[in-house]
Amino acid sequence: MDKPNIRNILKSKILVLDGAMGSLIQTYKLEEEDFRGKRFKNHTHSLKGNNDLLALVRPDILKEIHCLYLEAGADILETNTFSGTTIAQADYALEFAVYDINFESAKVAREAADQYTAKNPNKPRYVAGSIGPTNRTLSISPDVNDPGFRAVTWDEILIAYKEQARALIDGGSDLLLVETIFDTLNAKACLYAIDEVFEEKGINIPIMVSGTITDASGRTLSGQTAEAFLASVSHLELLSVGFNCALGADMMKPYLEVISKNTEFNVSAHPNAGLPNEFGEYDETPEDMASQIKNFLDESLINIIGGCCGTTPEHIKAIADLASTYEPRNAN
Amino acid sequence: MSLHPDYKGRYEYKWHNLPFMKLSGLEPLIVTPELNFINVGERTNVTGSRKFLRLIKDELFDEALAIAREQVENGAQIIDVNMDEGMIDGAESMTKFLNLIASEPDISKVPIMIDSSKWDIIEAGLKCAQGKCVVNSISLKGGEEEFIDQAKKIKRYGAATIVMAFDEDGQADTYARRVEIVQRSYDILTGPKIKFPPQDIIFDLNVFPVATGIEEHRLNAIDFIQATRWVRENLPGAHVSGGVSNVSFSFRGNNPVREAMHSAFLYHAIREGMDMGIVNPSMLEIYDDIPKDLLERVEDVLLNRRGDSTERLLEFAETVVGTAKEKKVDHAWRDHPVGKRLEHALVKGITDFIIEDTEEARLAHEKPLHVIEGPLMDGMNVVGDLFGAGKMFLPQVVKSARVMKKAVAHLLPFLEADKDGRQSAGKILLATVKGDVHDIGKNIVGVVLGCNGYEIIDIGVMVPPDKILAAAKEHNVDLIGLSGLITPSLDEMVTVAKAMEKEGFNIPLLIGGATTSKVHTAVKIEEHYKAGQAVYVLDASRSVTVVSKLLGDKKDVFIKETQDDYAKMRFHHANKRAKKEMVSIETAQENKQPIEWKSQDIIAPKFTGLKVYNDVPLSDLRDYIDWTPFFQTWDLHGKYPRILEDDIVGHEATKLFADANKMLDQICKEKWVQNKAVIGIWPANATGDDVEVYKNEDRNEVIEKFFMLRQQQKKSSKAFNHSLADYIAPKETGLNDYIGGFAVTTGLGIETHIARFEADHDDYNSIMIKALADRFAEAFTEYLHEKVRKDVWGYASNETLSNADLIKESYKGIRPAPGYPACPDHLEKPTLFRLLNAEKETGITLTDSMAMYPTASVSGWYFAHPESKYFGIGKIQKDQVVQYAERKGESVEFIEKWLSSNLNY
Repeated sequence: MDKPNIRNILKSKILVLDGAMGSLIQTYKLEEEDFRGKRFKNHTHSLKGNNDLLALVRPDILKEIHCLYLEAGADILETNTFSGTTIAQADYALEFAVYDINFESAKVAREAADQYTAKNPNKPRYVAGSIGPTNRTLSISPDVNDPGFRAVTWDEILIAYKEQARALIDGGSDLLLVETIFDTLNAKACLYAIDEVFEEKGINIPIMVSGTITDASGRTLSGQTAEAFLASVSHLELLSVGFNCALGADMMKPYLEVISKNTEFNVSAHPNAGLPNEFGEYDETPEDMASQIKNFLDESLINIIGGCCGTTPEHIKAIADLASTYEPRNAN
Repeated sequence: MSLHPDYKGRYEYKWHNLPFMKLSGLEPLIVTPELNFINVGERTNVTGSRKFLRLIKDELFDEALAIAREQVENGAQIIDVNMDEGMIDGAESMTKFLNLIASEPDISKVPIMIDSSKWDIIEAGLKCAQGKCVVNSISLKGGEEEFIDQAKKIKRYGAATIVMAFDEDGQADTYARRVEIVQRSYDILTGPKIKFPPQDIIFDLNVFPVATGIEEHRLNAIDFIQATRWVRENLPGAHVSGGVSNVSFSFRGNNPVREAMHSAFLYHAIREGMDMGIVNPSMLEIYDDIPKDLLERVEDVLLNRRGDSTERLLEFAETVVGTAKEKKVDHAWRDHPVGKRLEHALVKGITDFIIEDTEEARLAHEKPLHVIEGPLMDGMNVVGDLFGAGKMFLPQVVKSARVMKKAVAHLLPFLEADKDGRQSAGKILLATVKGDVHDIGKNIVGVVLGCNGYEIIDIGVMVPPDKILAAAKEHNVDLIGLSGLITPSLDEMVTVAKAMEKEGFNIPLLIGGATTSKVHTAVKIEEHYKAGQAVYVLDASRSVTVVSKLLGDKKDVFIKETQDDYAKMRFHHANKRAKKEMVSIETAQENKQPIEWKSQDIIAPKFTGLKVYNDVPLSDLRDYIDWTPFFQTWDLHGKYPRILEDDIVGHEATKLFADANKMLDQICKEKWVQNKAVIGIWPANATGDDVEVYKNEDRNEVIEKFFMLRQQQKKSSKAFNHSLADYIAPKETGLNDYIGGFAVTTGLGIETHIARFEADHDDYNSIMIKALADRFAEAFTEYLHEKVRKDVWGYASNETLSNADLIKESYKGIRPAPGYPACPDHLEKPTLFRLLNAEKETGITLTDSMAMYPTASVSGWYFAHPESKYFGIGKIQKDQVVQYAERKGESVEFIEKWLSSNLNY
């Protein structure tokens, strides 16, 4: 389906990203056999909790959730592929299924998005292929006593990201979203991979980059300040750069200000619904979150806004309703 | 005037339509025109530093990291890392070193310049750095295809790059060739094939030597400088860099001339637009300080102003070398006006003429106070600036302070007659906390701050909290600084912080001393003093910056930064603690080292009971001195003897070493200090984690018990949870084992000499004698331990070890001390002292916090078993504390107080 260039739309409109996937998947109360389906019936490892796998065994669930977010007003869907690398899937011994996971995940999001675009061509919907940080870090040693040690190499990460990027593009992603970056070096390897894939395929689709400031220190887990992070990822022509996860909207704001002031790219944010309570649950209401995000909008910090952990279609609806009444930040 | 014929005046940046070059480490480095010049640290380069090469070859990465850290501390805005050496695996070393840098935030905050002539090493480096780096370098040397391929990859890796003025025909060595090659390189890079961001291109225009005697080389410097201007005027956004030291290559061995050449070259090149460079700050003279006759000749050569410029500089250089070689004392400065003479005396630390010069200045000024506020403070400001810029080192500053104090002492009677108070930058109270007697570090901080115009109220050692607060009120101070060396002092500092909060103080509280740390300040102290701010200070050299920030008008910013930093520390601390897996004390005790007890491993001592040593000749002890910690006392870091040849501190270390040996000669000859020691060996066996000491070989009367702690970290399958108790045969083995103990002091009689130096306002020598006495105590301990091993106990009678082996602790058996890592409980000291009758036999006393006085004292145990070795207890769990308290018959709270820094909860 032909859609207008997202770069042009962003000049006049704040676009809305969807919200969390995991918590909605939980409501289906899936068991081990649901995750195995027919295809992985005899797989050696337990698969319960491997949400990325649903694209292959229960795509219907993903589609339902995507539709809930589209209904709530999301312009951009994220594929359910946060752990879709050979590195992250190694925990389940599913390296061989990684291409299919990403391809099918992009495909099901694509179907949902196209359905809604067809319903209302004035509000085109986009699919962002989500690329997570993997569970290994290139800048940090997992062994405190051996700071020079690394559990993974750049070349291994690069191969894994290339495979994921290819499959996400082949499955029909409009954009790629490199997100929840807590180690900038992983993200740099990812951007390197994407650029190589673009060259090999002779294409160039927009890239969103979203880092994670882990706490009030204002730094990524790997120690960079917001501005240092920005300098490290700005070498490709990005669609947007911003932050997601770890913090609620209020706490994220100072770092978005730094990004907004110093970049010519669009700025994105998808914060958590506050901080988790002592039981690990997020209890910020849609209204609470929207009132905090209002501050972003009042100060024109944002071009793309959405939600991360703990956000639901209700949160996204509140955010989308609010965002529709504001002009976007003027990039450039 | 510009040096380029086509342009008028100094270069001004003109590409405001382009973004700035934005580099990063953990923090950003935005290269704006206001930064003027980015200096790149060049010591972590195996081709340029023999020392760094040796460290990398020997895999001494800690020391290699220290070099990197020192560069950043000395102001390098980027650090260049180069591993191009035939004897090492370059890519592997680059990877290893950059990975290690990544876990050192005080180094990795700056961007890295990945320097290699081999592409695979550059790529290895790019794969390890999360920040935006600079590649050094690529060029057209290997043809366009390779150049394009590498540039594309660099862009993809997200780095900026240095491009050498080099092409298929060779290196550009004229103005025209430089322009030709950089234009071509720039066009290819920014063209459609690569689209390299122009602001991320840095041209290295090749600095070549001048005054080589070869006619074509006459233009080397001026061509570089003019090409610099051309690049900055004609290639939008591009930067210019170069390795400055090449220019003076012909004058190797003549540092005064080289330094002058570097400064003059940089001065002109920067004016024409050079905005980055690899510079050794210790090889740089201040442009204004270059003697005019030398400067004229240097600039004649650099700018090719005369036909005979090379000859004239060579001729002049010989005279400069000549004076240096003769080492003749140069009294020319005595002809300067009195202000300059005072400055010279302060900077060089010369006391010979200070009284007469001060007197002359006093007569020339209206009031004696004006001498202090005028020429003396001016001179000290020069010292402060040089120190701040890393161009003077601590021993020099302490010498400057000695000069200052003498001058002030001379003025004091006149000042008092004048009854005019002296204006100070701020009043600072310094104290070593209750129970602690160590003061070398505190005194150094006092001297350094005093040099910087602060008024120091030093209330000494063992000061209880109420006295600290009372003195702070009485003197109305602006800041309190606490010092401590032993672990219980950490707790005392918390007590002081709480008391300050309670008493309504809000002035800043500085924390320093050997056991203190940023983590401890952040986690344990800061929260108890909310009304003010607790700030950790690493060493004396940082104290000035910290204090000036805390008392300056940007105080709030600094405090905010500190609070953020500490919040981060707390977060990481909490995380780290959570990660460390611990086991129960029962499990730990089961996992003790399984020593197979054999009677042949236990050598019965030649005697049991006590043996006293008095006045061992100091000359015998001298050979046992471990010098490395002595240099650390003076903030000079590096291993002896290599530190004497260190590129940066070697010169000062050598001087300090000479002064120390001179004083040692005197100490030995004139017997300034007396030494005493007592050692004991007793029948002993272990029961659980305790060691029972028996009255005699019958082994039925227990006279004392030592209580040992045990490691509780979860260990891998091959490692054990160690306790010192494991090195003594358990009672149930039926074997007769022994434990030894010792107490040593070399500080008796030291007070008279300290008092003598202090009366003479001579902090340098007062600190020196204390530092030397400390070394003597350690040396005496080493000496006795050897005697015990070979003779008194005699369990290693065939041992032959050099002093270096001793320092490396290659000997059999150990001599751990209570209060140190293997047994962090200071409360074992009184037991040891009772057994040794140590107070009576040696004159050493224990303070409330179990510190020994005199400070130049050491005490500990002897363990003889061949398996015994040093280890650290680390963190322990509550269950062990409860059990330990029960064994000792003390309350849990009491034990928790004494072991507070070891508690994992």
